[in-house]
Amino acid sequence: MSTSTQDPKKIYDNIRSDMAPVEAMMKRNAMAAASTLTDRVTLERLVEDDHAPGDSERMIINMGPQHPSTHGVLRLVLELDGETVTKAEPVIGYLHTGMEKTMQSKSYQQAIVVTDRFDYTNVMGNNLAYCLAVEKLLGAEIPERAQALRVIVTELGRLSAHMVWLGTHALDLGAMTVYFYCFREREMIMDMFDVICGARLTASYDAPPEFFSLLKPFLEIIDERIDEYDYVLNNEIFKNRTQGIGALSKEELIDMAVSGPVARAAGINYDVRKANPYSGYEKYDFDVPLGTNGDVYDRYLVRVEEMRQSARIVRQALKTLPEGPIKCLDRNISLPPREELATSMEAVIYHFKLVTEGFHPPKNQEVYVTCEAPKGEIGFYIASDGGNKPYRCHLRGPSFVNLQSLPKMLEGRMLSDAVAIIGSIDIVLGEVDR
Amino acid sequence: MISDQITGPGPTMGTVPINSSGAANYVIPAQAEAALEKLTAQFPEIFFEARRFRDELTVYVPRENIVAVAQFLRDGEGLNYNYLADLTGNDWPDRDPRFEVIYQLYSLDHHTRLRLKVRVPENDCTCPSVTNVWGTSNWHEREVFDMFGITFDGHPDLRRILMPVEWEGHPLRQDYAIGWEEPEFTVRKVHRDYAKG
Repeated sequence: MSTSTQDPKKIYDNIRSDMAPVEAMMKRNAMAAASTLTDRVTLERLVEDDHAPGDSERMIINMGPQHPSTHGVLRLVLELDGETVTKAEPVIGYLHTGMEKTMQSKSYQQAIVVTDRFDYTNVMGNNLAYCLAVEKLLGAEIPERAQALRVIVTELGRLSAHMVWLGTHALDLGAMTVYFYCFREREMIMDMFDVICGARLTASYDAPPEFFSLLKPFLEIIDERIDEYDYVLNNEIFKNRTQGIGALSKEELIDMAVSGPVARAAGINYDVRKANPYSGYEKYDFDVPLGTNGDVYDRYLVRVEEMRQSARIVRQALKTLPEGPIKCLDRNISLPPREELATSMEAVIYHFKLVTEGFHPPKNQEVYVTCEAPKGEIGFYIASDGGNKPYRCHLRGPSFVNLQSLPKMLEGRMLSDAVAIIGSIDIVLGEVDR
Repeated sequence: MISDQITGPGPTMGTVPINSSGAANYVIPAQAEAALEKLTAQFPEIFFEARRFRDELTVYVPRENIVAVAQFLRDGEGLNYNYLADLTGNDWPDRDPRFEVIYQLYSLDHHTRLRLKVRVPENDCTCPSVTNVWGTSNWHEREVFDMFGITFDGHPDLRRILMPVEWEGHPLRQDYAIGWEEPEFTVRKVHRDYAKG
């Protein structure tokens, strides 16, 4: 890399590999102390901000990072007045592994697998968003069959993600049955992902072979299974726990740039698939469900309806699935077919160059591409310096942005509602912390 | 003016020119171009450098004007860029204003995008905060501060967000090498003489 104008010793202090063992141990202790300091700073700030001295009525408690209903390592510092939440502060970063930095150190193709680890319930959607960004940077044209397959697979991913959400959300609220129902159907989708790429959870795939024989029986049963979830949750207890809770006004939601089902439950008509169609979504007939109240119950209704719409899109895409190539035909960016390598020297050269070096997008250009992930608008900002690695790769994670509005939703609510509200935002900490 | 010529190491092997003949026809949305015209009319004393790539329009805004420009883009007649989709930073160690702060604007009315960029020099590494214009920028700006070391004037709560508070350095700067760190909670093998107990 280029020369640094800063004091190199200071910058590499955390990561130097030539440290003496004693020095390294001291560093380790300092880092352990740092995490305690984070706690103390957060707590002191909370205490100083709003506490009258001697106000013994209020209590500060930690919810998480190891709490079953925070869906990962989210930590909430809650200030309670009795059982009412008066102030909430999410503390994030426990899962931060520098994935953007990792992507910037890999070639464009290698970075695809890193995107799986962002939102691990929507792996195919992450792959798609990243690939769309790189393809836009390159100006690649994607064959129709590939586009339709992408739609099928991402919609299956959406179904799977919503099933995880619905199962765990209902479990948080004490309804155990739905969890088993959802994971039963999710298993079928996992099996399909297994067939098309070999991995069940962190799936990045090339070409689907006998996947349709699994997809067709799935599509036959999915609608009645979704009705089944709806039937089980259509009860007074669930409604009492969710109705009228966690709602924010439209203006507040737009100000906080909340997207996805949380925004649509409040009536904000924003779905990237409709507003800025990609991968041929404009060809399919589907509805965007909108709520009115924006509370936890509306978010549930919106997501369940979205599952039905996803199944509808998959059915249409399957019916109109065109024949043809499934890869971009431009040899500069996509590998030649395997069988050509035995006969064509040119194919071997292209293959060699792509595998060893990768491709070079236009120099000093940048793109920002968005897709509709199950959790909201997922965006990739990629800047190129003409090299074979993304110079800057940034993920706009819907979970990260939506989580920011959590304190506003929690304030003034009961502690037990906090669980319902956190569940209804549907966060994945892999995407929040990156 | 921005220097497009990077003096640092370039691509290692000869590059194959990308064949873009089959690429989709990207057109810059008319609303984005109109927004640029309105900006120029509203702020005649400022020169807005614009760059166009695919269907995306990037407008460079002088650092001291970013809050006024953001406010105008959000509230101005026919503009309505009310949705700040993303805010991030970038680091070009070989350019003169070294850092960039990048704003991805979106309008929920006419569904078009616009990108703003602010250049931030290294010796005065600070940028006005837009938290009063779009509330969502709060965490994004904290992240840029955490990862690039750019401070945001007027930010209500500028702290590190992903890294621990005592962390030194800013990991997404280009001169911060990927290395290793001492993992917490690692039990090290201690050579112990068991005969002595």
